[in-house]
Amino acid sequence: MTVSLDNSKAVYQGIKDAGIKFITALPETWLVYLLQLADEDPEMCLIEVAKEEEAVGIAAGAYFAGEPNILLMQNHGFLAAINGIVSLAMLYRVPLCMLIAHRGHMGEPYPWHTQGGIVTEPVLRALNIPFDYARDPQKVGKQIREAHTYSLSSLSPVALMLSRDLMED
Amino acid sequence: MLRSKAIEAIYPELEDKLVITIMGACAQELYDLGHKENFFYLQHAMGLASSIGLGVALNLPHKKVVVLDGDGSVLMNLGTLTTLARYRPNNLTHIIFDNGSLLSTGGFTSHTTSGITDLAAIAKGAGVPNVAKATTPMEFIEAVADAFEGNELSVIVAKVEAVGPDHFGMDFKLPENAFRFERYIREYVTG
Repeated sequence: MTVSLDNSKAVYQGIKDAGIKFITALPETWLVYLLQLADEDPEMCLIEVAKEEEAVGIAAGAYFAGEPNILLMQNHGFLAAINGIVSLAMLYRVPLCMLIAHRGHMGEPYPWHTQGGIVTEPVLRALNIPFDYARDPQKVGKQIREAHTYSLSSLSPVALMLSRDLMED
Repeated sequence: MLRSKAIEAIYPELEDKLVITIMGACAQELYDLGHKENFFYLQHAMGLASSIGLGVALNLPHKKVVVLDGDGSVLMNLGTLTTLARYRPNNLTHIIFDNGSLLSTGGFTSHTTSGITDLAAIAKGAGVPNVAKATTPMEFIEAVADAFEGNELSVIVAKVEAVGPDHFGMDFKLPENAFRFERYIREYVTG
């Protein structure tokens, strides 16, 4: 498999069109072009963390400062960030717009991703986090805008799952 | 050194800064000196106070930001020191009160007890440009004054006694603190 550069560009354009200028992220294979685009964009502030739970705190700080922002992470990073999501974002009603690479699901050839892939959606449901799947490059921009809008209006974490259909060629 | 006295000593300096504290004793001792709308108390999510401070500081480069942290919280998120060092906002002062104890959760000893783990050395090794250690009130006040006057990311590790307040409670709900903190920034910092 190869990561789709064209669709990564569509996702990045969606992030830009949503008015986002601040991204907190941890690198992962499906996000490689997205992070390169962010890194090369002088209008974008990209903060890379050591572990994803940090990103929840940094995103909350950016929100307090009035800066529209998103998080970019793999689903295993989402699983690693849960206490921050629950005990900062949910407890204090801080919006979080998370774009999550959904590794380890249908078509996944790598065994190490599979258990995380299997449990991600059930965990999102257990946490009552609204989520949607992005599969179509024509629609992903609108989905990003809508996820960001909804996180702000609901003062809640919202997840947009970047699927294999979207991220791989 | 008592943390409550150390916080009291710098309290007047916090009025024009954005302050983020960790949970428990540290939050209560600041609150008991008199709540200000520019104070945010993170009463859970241990380890993330410094991450919040980083997110605020990077987006408000002309505003001084202070994080009041503790050894137990920092040990839960040591990576934060590396992220702070990498992006090094020059308007952020990260004060770590090191009482060598998980005081608010039963007083169990932490890894910093008896000097086994040196958080200042870790901060230095992470690449934080200005790292100071304080064991006396005078050293603490000087280190904080240097950090506030200076123009670089600072981490101050202050050795304090493992004692805290005999009461806990604040006159607002947790989301209310977040709403008011965000509103304060909107009205008085970015507005």
